[in-house]
Amino acid sequence: MEIHKFEKLWLVAALALIVGFIATVTYGAAGVGIEMVDEEGGTVDAEAIQNNEYGSQPNFKEPGVYQTGQNEYDVYVVSQQFLFKPGTTSPITLPAGSTVTFYITSADVIHGFEVAGTNVNAMAVPGQVAQITVQFDETGQYGIVCNEYCGAGHHTMEGSIEVVPQSEYEGGQ
Amino acid sequence: MAFVDDYPDAAQIVRLNFGVSFLMLFVGALFGVIQALHRTNVFRGFISSTQYYTVLTGHGVFLALFFTIFFLTGLFTWGVVNSLERPLSSSSFTWTWFLMMAFGALFTGVAILGGLVPAIPFKANVLYTFYAPMKAHPIFYAGLAIWLVGTWLAGADWFRSFFQWRSENSGERIPLQTFMVMATMLMWYLATLGVAVEILVFLLPWSLGIISQVDPLLTRTLFWFFGHPVVYFWLMPAYFVWYTILPKLAGGRLFSDPLARVVFILFLILSTPVGFHHQYMDPGIPEGFKFLAMSNTMFLLLPSLLTAFTVVASIEHGARQRGGKGRLGWMRALPWDNPAFAGATLAGLMFAAGGFSGMVNAGLNLNYLVHNTLWVPGHFHLTVGTASALTFMAITYWLLPQITGKRLQFYGLATVQPYVWFLGMTLMSNAMHRAGLAGVPRRTAEPQYQNVDFSSVIGGVAEFRMQIAVGGTLLFLGAVLFLAVVVGTMMAERGRGQLRVNGDIKPALSGPDDSPRIIDDFRVWTAIAVVLVVLAYGPPIVSFLSNGVFAPGSPPIPV
Repeated sequence: MEIHKFEKLWLVAALALIVGFIATVTYGAAGVGIEMVDEEGGTVDAEAIQNNEYGSQPNFKEPGVYQTGQNEYDVYVVSQQFLFKPGTTSPITLPAGSTVTFYITSADVIHGFEVAGTNVNAMAVPGQVAQITVQFDETGQYGIVCNEYCGAGHHTMEGSIEVVPQSEYEGGQ
Repeated sequence: MAFVDDYPDAAQIVRLNFGVSFLMLFVGALFGVIQALHRTNVFRGFISSTQYYTVLTGHGVFLALFFTIFFLTGLFTWGVVNSLERPLSSSSFTWTWFLMMAFGALFTGVAILGGLVPAIPFKANVLYTFYAPMKAHPIFYAGLAIWLVGTWLAGADWFRSFFQWRSENSGERIPLQTFMVMATMLMWYLATLGVAVEILVFLLPWSLGIISQVDPLLTRTLFWFFGHPVVYFWLMPAYFVWYTILPKLAGGRLFSDPLARVVFILFLILSTPVGFHHQYMDPGIPEGFKFLAMSNTMFLLLPSLLTAFTVVASIEHGARQRGGKGRLGWMRALPWDNPAFAGATLAGLMFAAGGFSGMVNAGLNLNYLVHNTLWVPGHFHLTVGTASALTFMAITYWLLPQITGKRLQFYGLATVQPYVWFLGMTLMSNAMHRAGLAGVPRRTAEPQYQNVDFSSVIGGVAEFRMQIAVGGTLLFLGAVLFLAVVVGTMMAERGRGQLRVNGDIKPALSGPDDSPRIIDDFRVWTAIAVVLVVLAYGPPIVSFLSNGVFAPGSPPIPV
């Protein structure tokens, strides 16, 4: 099989590009340590979440903010048609400089949990817990939008995260 | 002699498939412009924001599944008959698959339109991806299943022609067009296993109340098992055109037949074990499998990059045959006023841009920034929405006279149409990409929130909205111009003047005999494809099933 000289060069360049891409992604995961959503959060019983029976679930807690260390917090979020609990009726408040692990699940259909304009982005799948750890360095307000279609009121589903200075922080919610 | 004179029955089937395809294009394009104006808040008088999701479901299903795949079944029927030089073997079999596809599409389409027409007692506002636990009316799933089986039988019809041809031509290489059809269909059989199991084992019985719960993550995974390779099912007919017809339109011949075959084999092997790249953000899937899907996806760039070389080289060869000179000056010698050439070439150019945004999507960690934002539809409107759609429209200008025996009507409209589409897509797609980077979500009737203003978008919110609205309107105009040419040609009388086109395709500069014969042995390539799929999907699916086939389960939630 005869391959033209330019075609060979092109083939080599294409393969180099591909290997280069895989290398950068690998570096991002292994070197920089960009964390990914995976199976770590475990599973829950979707119907128990629907019925607010959080106590019965080993992988989940009553929705809210829990301090777990000096500057470390866990936030349990339930997504449901068409709100984030917590997040929608009252903002999720966190101190600046904290490391926050979100545990996100759904009480009904699949939702999205996207902190707009950042790389905080996870799917809320009934029966699964999405676990994602985030560093909040700067104070300010961040919007949460549901980025997966979830029914007729999907476009109204939003919430917010309030990051306040350490000195003003008075516990979560 | 035109194709319609040599093979009148096949020409009729091609016309019918194209007819359904273009009807779907019209409805889908109309729904598209309604959405573009609604979500940018330019005009919200057509529909309510709840009905937006019905329109969005219709736009996705009618265009991504029905416009594209009815076009594919028409084009491939032509390609197999044309390249094997023999009619389809059984017209009753051919009619069976066509009618199954048509009725399946009708059932699903009616279920979707139930969201707009109160007289229809069905609803299916579940979008093109129909993720459980959102539930559509059972007729939506049943229609999809019937349609899908129709596509399988269409493939069987083409394989049957091939085997008959083979029994009479035992030593010969498979003609290139038939080779491409076979590679594409083998990929399709493998890929559609996922969605067939999803619908027949899970969603249809669940929507009928026969089973009470399904596992949303498992059904979603089965969807994407199919949902990425379907992308190549849209693209491979475009590649078929770019490799086998476009060089002729440019005035030359295909550069390399063996490379074209290698490209289609790579698609067969790599298209399916990549679906997890749509689920990078999903819980419940170990990182390793996401990583494997990522590397497979990156290797899928290879056939497209090889295509870029071969197609451009073939076009350049054509231009030089036409007297083109200079390092880049040869481009001026190309027939830019021939709508079939201009459309297919502009589509290929735009596919290059779509390929670059696709590389970003494929990047496991970059994807966190763009997942489910407007970036993603910005990307696939360049690929399926232009690389496939504009190629299909363009090649219709060339094929329609051959399957009707009529000269193309409104040639002037046809000549400007590809440029209208290209301009509209340039405006709409660049704005969608930029908006996505600022976090504007996709699939939303009103992306206007209290807590986010997306002001970080380059160019500003008002500017990107206006580009989407104007671009979407131009695209709708492009679809209408195309349909005017098609309907005008169909209605015209035969025999007025000589056809300006014919289906004779000259052999490639480097012919099939330059390649090893194993290339034509699909058993080898299919076996490799199956092994890769088992490696990519076997362990995660086994782990999903380990806690029960229907658990963790969710009851249906009608939307």
